[in-house]
Formats: sequence, structure tokens, C-alpha cells
Amino acid sequence: MFQEAKSQSAFVSQLKKVYTFYTGGFIVFVILLGIAEAMGMPRVWIGYLFLAMTILLYAGIGIMSRTNIADEYYVAGRRVPALFNGMATGADWMSAASFIGMAGGLYLGGYSGLAFIMGWTGGYCLVALFLAPYLRKFGQFTIPDFLGARYGGHLPRFVGILIAILCSFTYVVAQIYGVGLITTRLTGVEFTLGIFLGLGGILVCSFLGGMKAVTWTQVAQYIILIIAYMIPVVWLSVKQTGVPIPQAVYGYQLQKVTAKEQLLIDDPKEKEVRGIFASRAATGAESLKDPAKSYADGKAKLDADLAKAKADNAPEADVKKAEAALAAYPKDQAAATAQWTKDRAAAGRAALPLRHAEAFPGKDDKARDIARKNFLALTLCLMVGTAALPHILMRYYTTPSVKEARASVTWSLFFIFLLYFTAPSLAVLVKYTIYHDVVGTAFSALPAWVKNWQAVDPSLLSIVDVNKDGIVQLAEIAIGGDIVVLATPEIAGLPYVISGLVAAGGLAAALSTADGLLLTIANALSHDLYYMMIDPNATTQRRVTLSKILLLVVAVLAALVAAQKPADILFLVSAAFSLAAAGFFPALTLGIFWKRATGIAASLGMLAGVGITFYYMATTQPWLREMFFGTPRSAPVTGIWWDIQPISAGLFGIPLGFIVIVLVSLVTPAPSKEVQDMVEDVRYPNLKAA
Amino acid sequence: MEASEKRKEYWKKNLTITAILMVIWFVITYVIGYYARDLSFNFFGWPFAFYMGAQGSLILYIVIIWFYARYMNNLDIEYGVQEGEE
Repeated sequence: MFQEAKSQSAFVSQLKKVYTFYTGGFIVFVILLGIAEAMGMPRVWIGYLFLAMTILLYAGIGIMSRTNIADEYYVAGRRVPALFNGMATGADWMSAASFIGMAGGLYLGGYSGLAFIMGWTGGYCLVALFLAPYLRKFGQFTIPDFLGARYGGHLPRFVGILIAILCSFTYVVAQIYGVGLITTRLTGVEFTLGIFLGLGGILVCSFLGGMKAVTWTQVAQYIILIIAYMIPVVWLSVKQTGVPIPQAVYGYQLQKVTAKEQLLIDDPKEKEVRGIFASRAATGAESLKDPAKSYADGKAKLDADLAKAKADNAPEADVKKAEAALAAYPKDQAAATAQWTKDRAAAGRAALPLRHAEAFPGKDDKARDIARKNFLALTLCLMVGTAALPHILMRYYTTPSVKEARASVTWSLFFIFLLYFTAPSLAVLVKYTIYHDVVGTAFSALPAWVKNWQAVDPSLLSIVDVNKDGIVQLAEIAIGGDIVVLATPEIAGLPYVISGLVAAGGLAAALSTADGLLLTIANALSHDLYYMMIDPNATTQRRVTLSKILLLVVAVLAALVAAQKPADILFLVSAAFSLAAAGFFPALTLGIFWKRATGIAASLGMLAGVGITFYYMATTQPWLREMFFGTPRSAPVTGIWWDIQPISAGLFGIPLGFIVIVLVSLVTPAPSKEVQDMVEDVRYPNLKAA
Repeated sequence: MEASEKRKEYWKKNLTITAILMVIWFVITYVIGYYARDLSFNFFGWPFAFYMGAQGSLILYIVIIWFYARYMNNLDIEYGVQEGEE
């Protein structure tokens, strides 16, 4: 299917035909399932069919494009047209975090969530202007390849391999974790089994055909994920506004949400609920100061109450009440401490409702200033990280020419944009629904989807009548971000088959990203480490085979780590961006734009950038700090520089990388003539014609 | 010698357009981002800063990349460094 065509233009038109046919087939499949559902097919079957169909499809493409040729295995034969490379990059780029997490983050964070929207798109400007065309002209296989050739010697290449593996591995663990979650949700199988099922889908594809298979699968996955994302949002928009283009009209819904926010802030019932949470939190915090004493005091008081009730010959009901209070008291101090910790955390729910559209909210100018600083810093780290993640940059090696590489960045961003400019509208539409259809409703009259989700997963949605007035207050709703995407089909009143489709879309997003990342890691090891550094005489066959074996090993390792359910997945993903940004971006751009940059300087710069980023994260992020220094997570965080959150640690690493490379280059001998010629060559699409 | 002069000119033009586009990118992202609180006038229903973060800047990013690709492809031809047909 992907090899018969001869000329590039025949190849392009064949591809268009294949994917149009495929899209049509997919839509027919969904419609057939919908009909089957209407005729009474059980829901769990729909889940199984979606899972089986999509994984078989990806595996099928993998088998059809299996290859052992190095050029095809590493860079898809360098004949991927710009449009399709754009789609493949889109799928490669958009992970479970983009598909499921982003709209949820926007729902919970309002304006502050836009840092991800801008960061993960604006970075493509850097890719287009500073890297993609030059890397394509250079035309090797991997990012360490470029570092090795540009900076000479094994050291820069080796440092490159280390950084590529460090950031790709953290990222791939998060993806496989996402695969496990979605498979579990789709079919109800156990989490670990879900991980390995999904892994099968990833492996058949990348194992058999490398970059070639991954590229064509990613195009297929992009189509599924974008259809799955759009249908529910468009439908919800039609229901709420009568206009099928949510992105164009949600500004007005946002106004209504903003008006409602003010009402909710002033509402006395809301104030009452927030007050209950605040006092609960205060009591919890107070009790935690001396848990042993608090526990003993609390128990003694209840004992005394009971004794007093009995001694005073109080009515039967009062005695019963005192007994019940005593029975409900935590069994031991540990249980009490757990309860108080939970109560203390309720402080978050005592806060005023967030104003969705307000930039940098804060109680005073200082807090607002810190929020702004962190927003801008995070945007920068995500942007530069985008322009430094090897699995994305590698994609621009696969186009047929420099010209196509440039066009392909435009297409990449366009396809990513389709989802990214929809996510904020989805968040607002869902918020509108919650504020208008759930808040203020009697508990007995809640919409069906609310009851369903409360039953399915209380961590995503739980509503408890805290002030016992029988009416839902906003402060009584505890919501997890992931529900925004997952529940939209039900909120919009669509059949279950669309919920299955959304899960399949999330799966496609996670699998496609995992594919690209695994390939990057395996190639760094087999091509860069083994072939370029250990055994330059290895045959192509041997390299490709080795790459395949490594792929398997890395995938299983990542799955094992993911099965441990490491804490703080979102932090892991963002950490990968900061690390890549600080490690690669200075060395890559200076390598192209400054002939004087030397090898030793680049190696030191990469190490310094990653080093300081890693150091800052490890000392200021509670979870990492516990891992490396054994400091308990609850201990206050010290050593924060300029109020910058650990998630944006790259803010220190990026400039340091640049400074080190420039300073060290100036005191070391200039690169050789060959290297300078190579840089010159990379800057022009075709020098021979000039 | 002539060829190398032309080459330098090509590279200079490339750097100029890159710099101009990066300035635009910076203004869209960081200048508007910095003053986001003050730029909350109504823009077709959205507060302006929110609209820029959620949609406007994204569209402009695409335009920047599209324009750069177009400009450079023309520059390649003008300076005779374009690639031949496959």
C-alpha cells in the first residue's frame, strides 16, 4: 500500500486516496456501531470493538509497511509529503495530556491554562525559523547525529544521547500510563493489563516498520483523534448556542459564565458552604499540630459527653447521639491524622470560585505579579521545549526536501491548532453547563450524566450536600479535570458510541506519541551509541535489528515504570520539556547560527543547562525532593529562585546553556574548516546550483 | 567571489526576516501576555487578552510560519539555491 507508487506526485495522490477511503471507512464503522447500540448492543461490547478495531488497524498499517532498510526504518525513506508529515507530527505531538488533560486544565485553571495552549503552539515558530529547514538539509537520522557531526568527536554526541533518553523516557512513561487509563476506561480490564494491551498496539507498529510504519499510523491516528475531539464539542455548541462552530461563539458563553461567577461569589449559600470547608480545614490544621494530644482530647471529650448524658438521665435520643459520635470517632491516631490531613486539604475548596477569564488572579499586586511571572516562564519553557524534543525534530528529517520541511511545519501547526483552539471553547461550554444545569439544582433532580459519573469515578466528580439544604452549590462540587473531555458526549446527550469514540481518540493520541518517543530512544541507542560510537562497521541489517530489540526492551521498561503508577504524571511531562529545552535548544541553534561554537563548549553547555534545570527541580519539587534527598513531601519548599515554580526550571537552564556555550567557545580553538563548511552547507537548501 | 557575496546576502536576508518574525512572535506572546490584565476590553465577546491566548496568538503563529516558508522559498529561487525537482 505504501511502496508501489513511483513518482512523488503519484505517491501523494495515492496517499490522499488511501486516507480518504480510510476516513470514510472509519465513519461508517462508527455509524454501524451507533446503529448496533440503538438495537441494543451492550456498552461493554462497544468498548471492546473500538479497542480491537483501532489496535488491529494500527497493527495492520505496521505490517503493511514493515521494512529492514535503514532509510525507511529511520526516516520513512525521506518521502513523506509536507501535508502528511504535518498530520503525523500533529499526532506525534498531541499526547494524552493534550487530548484529555488540556481542556480539563483550562476548566480548572481558566486563563492560567492558556500557558499550555500558547506554549505548545508558539514553539513551532522556533522550530520553523531556527531548526526544521536546517536539520532537513543536514539530512541524517537523529538529533545526536547532528550534534556529533557539527561539534565533532564522541562527547557532544554522547551528551546528546543522554539528554534524548532522559527527556523521552520521562515522557513515554506518562504516555503509557495514559494508555493504561484509557484502555481501562474503555473496556473495564485491569490497569496493568490495559497497559500491556496498549503496548501491543504500539509495538507491532513501530517494531515492524520503524519510522515508516509509525508515520503512516500517526496519520491514521490523527484522523481518529481529531474526529473524536470535534464531534462532541460541536454538538454541545449546537445545543447551547445553536451555532455549530464553538470556537467562534464561545466568547458569549464566556460572558455568561463570568456573570454567573460574580453571582456565585456573592451568593450567601455559597458563602455558607465555603465557610464550612474553611472551618473544617482550620480544625484539621489545628489538630495536626499535636496529633497525639488532639486525638486523646477529642476522644476524652466524647467519652465525657456520653458519661454526662447517662449521668444526667438525658432522653434516650441524646444518649444514642453521644454513642454514635463516639463510634464515628477515628479508631486510632493514624486514622485520625489521615482524616485531619484530608480536612486540612479542604482549604482549597473554601476558596472563591475562579474567575475564568481573569489573567493572573491574586489577592494583592505581589501575588498577581508572581502569577504573571510564572505564566510567562512556563510559556517560554514549553515553547523552547517544543523546539528541542528529539521525537518532533526527527520528523523533519522525513520530508523529501527543505522546501517541504518548511511547508510541513506550517501544516503541523495547523493540524495541532485545530485541536488547541477547540480545547478552550470546550472548557467554557462545559463550565457553562455545570454552572447552569448543575449548580442550583435540587439533589433529587440532578442530570443523569452527573449521577452516572459520580457512580463510575468519584475522583472525577463528586457532589456532597455539605450544608444540607438539598440544593447543589458550586462549592459542593469536587471535579477532576479529565471529566471535561470524557463526559462531554453524555453532557451533550450523544449516544454511548460517541463516548467510545472519544476514548479511542484519547488512545490514538497516547499511542502515537508513545510510538514516536520509543523510536527516538531506540534509535539513540542503536544508531548513535552502537553504530556511530561502538561498532561503525555494523551492517544496516544488524543496526535495524538491534534497534528493534532495543525498542522492545525500552517499551517493556517504560511499561513496568508506568505500572507502578508514579505520582505526578503532569509534572513528569512538563519536566521533559524543561530538560529538552535547556539541553538541546542552545546547542542546536548556536550550531547552525554561529560557526564559532565549539564542541567542548557545546558539551559543557548542554550539561550545564540540563544540570541546573535538574538541580532546581530536584530541590524544589516536593515529589522529586523526597526521591533524591528523602525530605518529606509536606516539608515547606525552600530555595525557590525569584518565585519560579519547579515546572519552569528550564527558565534557568536555557540562558545558562547559551552563556556557557558562548563563553567556552571564545576561549577554545575555532572549529575546523570542515565543520565550518558543513555549517555553511546547512544554511542553503542547495549550494551546488549557486 | 561574486557567488560568495550573493551567498552572504542570502544569509543576511534570512537573518533579517527571522529577526523580524521573532520580534512579532515576542510581542504576541510576551508583551500582550505581560499586559494581559490591562488588555481585557471586549473583543467579540472575549476579553482581548483571553482571546489572544486562546486563539489569536495561535492564528498569528501559523501566519508567521507560513509567511517564512513562502518568503524563503522565493528567496531560494531568487538566489539560485533552490532544490531541483525530485
